[in-house]
Amino acid sequence: MYNAKFIIPGLIIFIGLALFPFIKGAGQPELKVETEKPKEAKECVLPKEKIRDVHMVLLNEWRDDVIRNGKRVYTSENGKQYNMSLTNTCMGCHENKDKFCDKCHNEVGVNPYCWNCHNTSPVKKEGEK
Amino acid sequence: MQSSRRDFLKLAGVSALGLSAGTLGFLGEGARAADALPTATDFAKPSTAKRWAMVIDTAKFDDALFKKCIDACHSNHNVPEIEGKQQIKWIWTEDFEGAFPTERPAYLAEEQEHRKYLLLCNHCENPACVRVCPTKATFKNNEGLVIMDYHRCIGCRYCMAGCPYGARSFNFQDPAPHIKNINLQYPHRTRGVVEKCTFCVEKLAQGKLPLCVEASGGAMVFGDLTDPNSEVRKVLKHKYAIRRKPDVGTEPGVFYII
Ligand code: SF4
Ligand code: SF4
Repeated sequence: MYNAKFIIPGLIIFIGLALFPFIKGAGQPELKVETEKPKEAKECVLPKEKIRDVHMVLLNEWRDDVIRNGKRVYTSENGKQYNMSLTNTCMGCHENKDKFCDKCHNEVGVNPYCWNCHNTSPVKKEGEK
Repeated sequence: MQSSRRDFLKLAGVSALGLSAGTLGFLGEGARAADALPTATDFAKPSTAKRWAMVIDTAKFDDALFKKCIDACHSNHNVPEIEGKQQIKWIWTEDFEGAFPTERPAYLAEEQEHRKYLLLCNHCENPACVRVCPTKATFKNNEGLVIMDYHRCIGCRYCMAGCPYGARSFNFQDPAPHIKNINLQYPHRTRGVVEKCTFCVEKLAQGKLPLCVEASGGAMVFGDLTDPNSEVRKVLKHKYAIRRKPDVGTEPGVFYII
């Protein structure tokens, strides 16, 4: 191969770099994020695994349904009905954004701007922190 | 990274204003939210109409009633209080000349001339703001309400140029620090989006009246313009009412009994 003495070590270095995160991560304990669960509510609008995966999709759909289609009631898989509202339904149970939402978001480095407008905990009463 | 910059700016802004640490509460905590959270059942019986409209009986208003209606709206919808050119308003007052500049009556009766008029978005039949919005963030729904999807607003302010009634305000800055008592149940807006009156679409969805109409104690009525038995039509049948700038052709949905 023409210039093999450069290309092959170059390739090896490249592959090594590309694989580095996987090599370093191997054998490490699984990443665990401890979030504060709601104290009052026992179930979410979707099963736990599902809401973990698709909460952002769900919120997008809720937003379009409420604002653009005027549809404000969400029926969950087990037939329960909810007001489609980030502020009033989600944050009504998850009182502490820092200890719930931010925990994962910080860990994976995403920064949703929902809270630039939506207030965090409507169940907080006057004077409560 | 971004959030720390925002926190820094917040702090910088607050210190620049020379506010003491004690007043920092208004940045978000110090909740009001005494009302129960709306649940799915609250939306079971929405008020519906083909075309929502409002009639304002201008003679029934005095300064106290204006304040009551404006406060009801602004405090519930987290409309910030900012003085000067960056002011945000959903509902406000003007004199006759400001409210009806195209009426031009000669020798207008003093009473009407010195009266103030309550103004808000007219939820026009033919809204100029909707036509010019490039992202469809402003749109008319099937009940005649002109709604804003703040998520989609890119802050181009075409709608403000388009609206002949000055019904829209732009957030030049983060409104949160200017909201005295945040209503945690209702979102506020963010820097770079336009906002305006919604005819309380979230209240109508719960079968309630708009907040200003409720606060007005009968000085404002609200209903379906296409229904001859509705409150607004009953009032309009007996009273002479005008609309703002009829010649621009937007067909406003707010009527004024003079
Ligand atoms: S009053 Fe202005 S903002 Fe409201 S619907 Fe009419 S044109 Fe649009
Ligand atoms: S209808 Fe609702 S949003 Fe519009 S001015 Fe009245 S209280 Fe405010």
